[in-house]
Amino acid sequence: MKKFLIPLVLFFGLVVFLAVGLKLDPREIPSPLVNKPAPEFSLPTLAGDAKFSPKDMLGQVWMFNVWATWCVACREEHPVLVAFAQKNSVPIVGLSYKEIQPQDAAAKASDEVKLQVARERSVVWLKRHGNPYVTSVMDLDGRVGINYGVYGVPETYIIDKQGVIRYKRVGVVTPQLLADKILPLIEALNKS
Amino acid sequence: MTSVYSVKLWLLSAAVAMCATTASAQVVSPQAPKPILAPAPVREAAPLADDPKLEARLVDISQELRCLVCQNESLASSHAELADDLRREVRDLIRQGKTDQEVKDFLVARYGDFVLYRPEVKPLTWVLWFGPFLLLLVAAVLMGVYLRQRRQQVQPAPLSDADRARAQKILKA
Amino acid sequence: MIPELGNFALMLATVVALVQGVLPLTGTFVANPQTQISLQSLARPAAALQFALVAFAFGALATSFLSNDFSVLYVSQHSNSLLPKPYQFAAVWGGHEGSLLLWVLMLTLWSVAVALFSRSLPLDMVARVLGVLGLISVGFLLFILTTSNPFERLLPAAMDGRDLNPLLQDPGLVIHPPMLYMGYVGMSVAFAFAVAALLSGRLDAAWARWSRPWTVIAWAFLTFGIGLGSWWAYYELGWGGWWFWDPVENASLMPWLVATALIHSLMATEKRGSFKAWTVLLAIAAFSLSLLGTFLVRSGVLTSVHAFATDPKRGVFVLLFLAVVVGSSLTLFAWRAPRVTLGGRMELVSRESFLLANSVLLVVATAAVLLGTIYPLVIDALNLGKLSVGPPYFNAVFAPLLVPAIFLIIPGSVARWRDAQVREIAYKLRWTALGAVALGVGLPFVLGAWSWGSALGLFLGAWVALGTLQQVLERVRKPGRIGASFWGQQIAHFGMAVLVVGVTGVKSYEVERDVRMHVNDVVTIAPYTFRLKSLDEVMGPNYKATRADVEVLRDGQLLEVLQPEKRRYFSSAMPMTEAAIDSGFMRDLYVSLGEALNETRTEWSVRVYYKPFVPWLWAGVLLMVLGGVLAAVDRRYRK
Repeated sequence: MKKFLIPLVLFFGLVVFLAVGLKLDPREIPSPLVNKPAPEFSLPTLAGDAKFSPKDMLGQVWMFNVWATWCVACREEHPVLVAFAQKNSVPIVGLSYKEIQPQDAAAKASDEVKLQVARERSVVWLKRHGNPYVTSVMDLDGRVGINYGVYGVPETYIIDKQGVIRYKRVGVVTPQLLADKILPLIEALNKS
Repeated sequence: MTSVYSVKLWLLSAAVAMCATTASAQVVSPQAPKPILAPAPVREAAPLADDPKLEARLVDISQELRCLVCQNESLASSHAELADDLRREVRDLIRQGKTDQEVKDFLVARYGDFVLYRPEVKPLTWVLWFGPFLLLLVAAVLMGVYLRQRRQQVQPAPLSDADRARAQKILKA
Repeated sequence: MIPELGNFALMLATVVALVQGVLPLTGTFVANPQTQISLQSLARPAAALQFALVAFAFGALATSFLSNDFSVLYVSQHSNSLLPKPYQFAAVWGGHEGSLLLWVLMLTLWSVAVALFSRSLPLDMVARVLGVLGLISVGFLLFILTTSNPFERLLPAAMDGRDLNPLLQDPGLVIHPPMLYMGYVGMSVAFAFAVAALLSGRLDAAWARWSRPWTVIAWAFLTFGIGLGSWWAYYELGWGGWWFWDPVENASLMPWLVATALIHSLMATEKRGSFKAWTVLLAIAAFSLSLLGTFLVRSGVLTSVHAFATDPKRGVFVLLFLAVVVGSSLTLFAWRAPRVTLGGRMELVSRESFLLANSVLLVVATAAVLLGTIYPLVIDALNLGKLSVGPPYFNAVFAPLLVPAIFLIIPGSVARWRDAQVREIAYKLRWTALGAVALGVGLPFVLGAWSWGSALGLFLGAWVALGTLQQVLERVRKPGRIGASFWGQQIAHFGMAVLVVGVTGVKSYEVERDVRMHVNDVVTIAPYTFRLKSLDEVMGPNYKATRADVEVLRDGQLLEVLQPEKRRYFSSAMPMTEAAIDSGFMRDLYVSLGEALNETRTEWSVRVYYKPFVPWLWAGVLLMVLGGVLAAVDRRYRK
């Protein structure tokens, strides 16, 4: 007669999973790149034609922040990053991701023109909102972003002295997050 | 009696069905267009993709991949910007001669298992892939056991003489 | 004023639902016969009053939409003054809050129907059934009033609304959700009957006979609703797909599969008193899956194109409601089911065992769909990572489970009750088998290409079609009246055959061409030629569009001019494509506009499809619905 209880037991198992599911975000994608070496690249920077590569940062713990002037959420995050840059000695490198969007008039122009327009826009934006970056690389076609598993903006990585990604944040960086997760991590990484 | 009728009927149905389908659903293949008498010059439309074969392979692969920024759409059908970018990457990989598995590995390395609509068969997904068939097996066995048990449990009630007489009367009427 | 009246009506309806839910059921427990009757007699009038109040509330919301009252928050979110009137009405159920109100309206409608068409039922059964329906109503009404009230005000009022999502501005929206909800909600009647049977301890063939027509009608609505959704996606989304195994689609398929098993199981219970506990469990499961679907779609737990805007509070409420309703009914089941008596004797091979096999296969198929749908959630909850389960999984697992179920339709409907012989069945079906094999093997060659999938699908379709025809011919030649129930069964099974052929045909023989077209360009999918005759800019009531005139020719003869459009709605940034379809008996010709490829907008990407047998998909669904309706109105149920 216990067999008649089976449906009830199975159902409650289901309810438990559904209840846990309510706290999860089905659209958040954890990165498989955590604890793997940061993908190599060589991109022009905001400032001049000197290219930047993650290898340039070996020996330091650094923050890699994906942003764009068209990104609304980035405006929310930006003051936090600016304040962080002023108070700490952790270098922040920006990744200007697809600054020229497909529907943009400049999208049809040549690569040189696109790069120029993207630089101009970014410089103006950073002047207005503050510049927390030691340098910002221009990923116009989004290829480097794809290599880093970027699927939205803003995203932020913490990379250690050996060039291994140790943490990825999808979404805005909040002061709470900095205090609770990022700063302790950076401290730990700095010690090793 | 029934069988002769049936044979004729089935052969007839089969013939009708085959004729109907032959007439309407023809062999379909791309062909040179028949001349259309129109005043303006007519051209055969060029395929959208530069390489239709490559594009076909792209569609096959990307139908099994997920658009990461959509609310549950495949990479093949999504119009999202990231989907365009990812399709571009897949095209490049196909041009480089990568196999389907290599293309999938490329994306999984960057975005995780989430990007695959066909979950890989590994210990984590054994329950998913084999569960239903195991369940079917178990259910079939239980069903067999149940039916066998039942045969023994329910015995037909013996018919009393009075009931038998009643039954005869009804059947004869 | 009107929204406030609507809100008040909902509050009153909740009180009435509480009365309907509690008092008649109490009336089945008290000892005094006078009290029993007076309490139980409250059921029918309460149901009628509840319906009137909810209908009033629904009317109030509809009035707010039709009068462009943008001081109501829900109206401002889903409507617009430029929206055509029919869509303004349909927008009532275009969002979460309004669709819940539609749910409750359907529930009260079904309750009233039960109240009206239950003359042959003993009063205490009516009291129990309406009582259970009343309690379910209370849950939904509370859900609406506490977390999802469509009458919430927006002050100051918006100047104009945000407009209905352009994808939803379509005749499909007007009819698909109401039909689907009639089906979903209709399962509550079967559920109520099952719970009533468990409560009363009267679980017998009579119960099955009462239950069956309600279940079949609800099943017919659900079939129609799912089919409509599929058809709508097909012509609306522009790429001709009709089933994506999206969580919300699965949420409607699961109750349908279990309801199909339930209908067949009820046959055995009605005829032979067999499988009583199993049938009751299926009835509970069907409605539970309806509720589960409601949860999945509105809680944000799964990602879906159909999902409503989510809010954790709502998810918690629905989950609690689901837990209480299903948990208590399954507890009642565990308690009462052991006492259920066994039915008639049956052999290992008999119609009963075929029906049981049908149950098993459909339930396992449901389990597979459920597993695939919630597996990502389970893995994530266990912190084991994030994965996706999509169409490749479902297609691989579901089809093998359905194939035997469909195959068994014919031997199952031919087998004798209680004791059947396999040899006898095989002999009876020998010509049908031969014909089906011949068609299965031969037709693919005729259609263009041979493949195992195509052969198997066509064999199955032919097997069921020929088997159904054989049964009809044999029955017609026998004396005696043929009930609607027989026709219903044969037509529904035949519809399934047509559907199977449709699925096989379109999957195996579809041709797609993606081309760039200027005016006067042609693309050919033999024997049809498509010529782009002109491109025009047109204005709609709330959109601007580029419309292409595409001539469809066959052997130089003009068949039709199709007019696909690329629309830009004023309220939305996303352009929308409106495909143009020429439907024939054996095929659809489907043309959709992509993008302008040059600055002057004279060259466009165009997608042209030749889709054979697609109309058979819809025809098959309609036949199944017709079969269901016929079976439900059989004379013996109308007494």
